Amino acid sequence: MTHIAPTYVDSFIGGILIGLSSLILLLLNGRIAGISGIFASLFGRADRQLWVSLAFVIGLILGPLLFRAVLGDWPLVRIPQSFPLIIVAGLLVGFGTRLGSGCTSGHGVTGLARLSPRSMAAVAVFMIVAVLTVYLKRAGGWI
Amino acid sequence: MSILRLLVGLASGVLFGFGLAFSGMMDPGRVEAFLDITGPWSANLAFVLCGAVLVASIGVQISKRMRHPVLADTFNLPSGTTIDARLLCGAAIFGLGWGLAGFCPGPAVASLSLGLPIVLAFVAAMSVGMILHDRLAKSRNR
Repeated sequence: MTHIAPTYVDSFIGGILIGLSSLILLLLNGRIAGISGIFASLFGRADRQLWVSLAFVIGLILGPLLFRAVLGDWPLVRIPQSFPLIIVAGLLVGFGTRLGSGCTSGHGVTGLARLSPRSMAAVAVFMIVAVLTVYLKRAGGWI
Repeated sequence: MSILRLLVGLASGVLFGFGLAFSGMMDPGRVEAFLDITGPWSANLAFVLCGAVLVASIGVQISKRMRHPVLADTFNLPSGTTIDARLLCGAAIFGLGWGLAGFCPGPAVASLSLGLPIVLAFVAAMSVGMILHDRLAKSRNR
C-alpha cells in the first residue's frame, strides 16, 4: 500500500494520534509535547530530563519506521527546495522557535488545547507569516 | 519511576512520529499546499490540527482534575500570559522559515528516519539556530 496522498480522514486520524501523544506525556510525565523545546533541551544541561527528551526524540524518529513496518511504505516527503534555502529556513526555524518559546506542536497543539493566550497569538502570527511567505514565493515564481 | 518516565517519553515520541507520518504532515510539499491559499489548496493540515487539539484538550481537562502527573510530582507547564515582542518576533521568524521550507521541528526530526541528506541539513541548521539563540539569551541574562 502506498500512502501517496493522505485523505482528510487520514490527516484527522494522524492528528488524533499526535494529540494522544501529547495527552500521554502530559498526564503521565507532566510535560508538554513541544518538539522545539524537547529537541533544544538535548543541547542543554545534562540532567534527568535530558534522558526523557532523548527517549522522545528517538521515538519520534522510530515513528515513521513503525509506519513503514505497518503500512509497507515510507511516508511521502517531497522537498523541492535547494540546499542553501533549506539551510536558511532551518536556521530561522531553530532560532524563531526558541525565541517564541514553541512551534506547531507546543503552541499549536497543547498550547491551543490549554487555551493559552500566548499560544493563540503565536499560532496566529506564524500561520499568517507562513501563508504570506508561500504567497510571495508563488508571486515570485518560485513555485 | 525514572525508567517508566523514559518509556513514556519513548512511547509518546513513537506515537507522535507515527501520527505525523500517517497525517501527511511529514511531507513539506503537502504543508506548502496548505499554506498556499491562492494555489491548489489542501486542507489536510487543518484536519491534523483539529484532531490533535481535540484529543490534547481532553488531556488538559483530565490534568486539571489531577493533583500531580502519574509519574511526576508536578505538572511542568509554562505559566506566562504576557504576549510580548519576543513571542511575536519568534513566531514571525519561525513562520518565515516554515513557509520557506514547509518543515517545522516535529516533521523535520521525524523525517531523519528516511536518511535524506537534505533533511539532515535542515535539522543541523535548525540545531545551530537553537544553540545560537540559547547562547545569546544566556549571555544577555548574565
